[in-house]
Amino acid sequence: MADLSAYRFTKTHEWVKSEGSGEALVGISDHAQSQLGDVIFLELPKEGTRVTAGARFGAVESVKAASDLYSPVTGEVIAVNGAVSAAPELVNQDPQGRGWLLRVRVDGDLPGDLLDAAAYDSFAQADSH
Amino acid sequence: MSDAAKHVPLDAVHRQSGGQMVPFAGYSMPLHYGSIRGEHLAVRERAGLFDVSHMGEVNVTGAGALGFLQQLVTNDVGKLTPGRALYSVMCHPDGGIVDDLLVYRDQGSYMCVVNAARHDVDLEWMERCRAGHDAQLRDVSAETVLLAVQGPRAKGIVQSLSSGAELSAIRYYHHRPGEVAGVPVRISRTGYTGEDGFELYANAGDAERLWAALLEAGSSEGLIPAGLGARDTLRLEAGFRLYGQDIGEDTDPLSAGLGWVVKPAKGDFIGSEALAAIAQGPPRHFIGMRLGPREIPRHGHPIYQGARQVGEVTSGSFGFTVAAGLAMGYVEPEFAAPGTELRIQLRADPEQWATAPVVALPFYQRPES
Repeated sequence: MADLSAYRFTKTHEWVKSEGSGEALVGISDHAQSQLGDVIFLELPKEGTRVTAGARFGAVESVKAASDLYSPVTGEVIAVNGAVSAAPELVNQDPQGRGWLLRVRVDGDLPGDLLDAAAYDSFAQADSH
Repeated sequence: MSDAAKHVPLDAVHRQSGGQMVPFAGYSMPLHYGSIRGEHLAVRERAGLFDVSHMGEVNVTGAGALGFLQQLVTNDVGKLTPGRALYSVMCHPDGGIVDDLLVYRDQGSYMCVVNAARHDVDLEWMERCRAGHDAQLRDVSAETVLLAVQGPRAKGIVQSLSSGAELSAIRYYHHRPGEVAGVPVRISRTGYTGEDGFELYANAGDAERLWAALLEAGSSEGLIPAGLGARDTLRLEAGFRLYGQDIGEDTDPLSAGLGWVVKPAKGDFIGSEALAAIAQGPPRHFIGMRLGPREIPRHGHPIYQGARQVGEVTSGSFGFTVAAGLAMGYVEPEFAAPGTELRIQLRADPEQWATAPVVALPFYQRPES
């Protein structure tokens, strides 16, 4: 199991990971990709777009359903992962690694209400009934 | 729901193989074994192995079996010779569809294969319709497994396990008894994927042996287990209707574009009068619509022309082989001609629309072999 100590999760199944110097990666959790099934495409914001913690920033369309994506953080999108745009299956194969979606320059600190990996895991278990 | 779900004989095998089990029609069934896309493409390009043992099988015997079936279903069972299979629907007197089914003819008896979700309703309906006919029904669903080997390499794989018997002799919608990997089976050249392939009916006790032998024989040919997710995207590309989505008690076979299984010339049957009236002008037509690669329609999405809603999507998903969003559904008759430009509302909030031309079904046809 990968080291998830640097990851923080939302109850809407996104994650954020600090990369130092105010930058962070954002993606969807392994639990989310497993629930969604094969990802067909992602609707993601362009570089330079502002995202707001708790607000919709895009959508993921899987063979099963379309789901909105909510940002774990407030800040500016400084990069969009071109690899997942070209090969959306990366989100299924490595959702918390190479399948990251956005690199964000975060305003200030990460929000305090995010879950660590253990807390998110219990939440996700309960959520998947 | 999942606690009460019935288990197919291969349940443990699916779990060991990484099958993601989901409740379906009262059963716990594998949705996929890792990737719906991978399984879909394997069936189109090589071969896939499906366990569809949740389907129901009902044997019909007796001197009045033919007369009973001719009343029960809309297609002409009188033309069904031993060794052939027939697709049909059975209707209520008002023309609404009780279920769609396959009818197999053996020498003096028949076997009906019905949808799992309709099994109980169908049996009750068949029992009621049996009154006055010298026909007996025997539900053999629990003791029967059904494995489907589908894809361009399916024939070679099944052939390699069938000593002697030449499978090329079994033509599409034909069947015969045989042995595969030493297991007695009904070998049927049918399927629900749009590919060539076989459906094998066997005794439940032989399930694991048959499954393992097919996987082993097929592994060098690229055969992989495939779940209900791929079965759904494959059947959508092939334009096959799904009971409970595209057809149901509130739809009739003529509106559903299944007029080819309605044979008034055979004489009266249950629903024949209502269907004759509907044939004068079905209130809606079943169509296919092709969307873009980033536009995925879903069951229930409204279909518009201009500002007016003219229909609704009944099946929608992404077609991995045609690389496009695909929809089937019903529209008012004047909008059903191929080439008609319609719009599908994919999302209400934020609002999202797709322009979707009506196209002829199926969306996908396998290349001539």
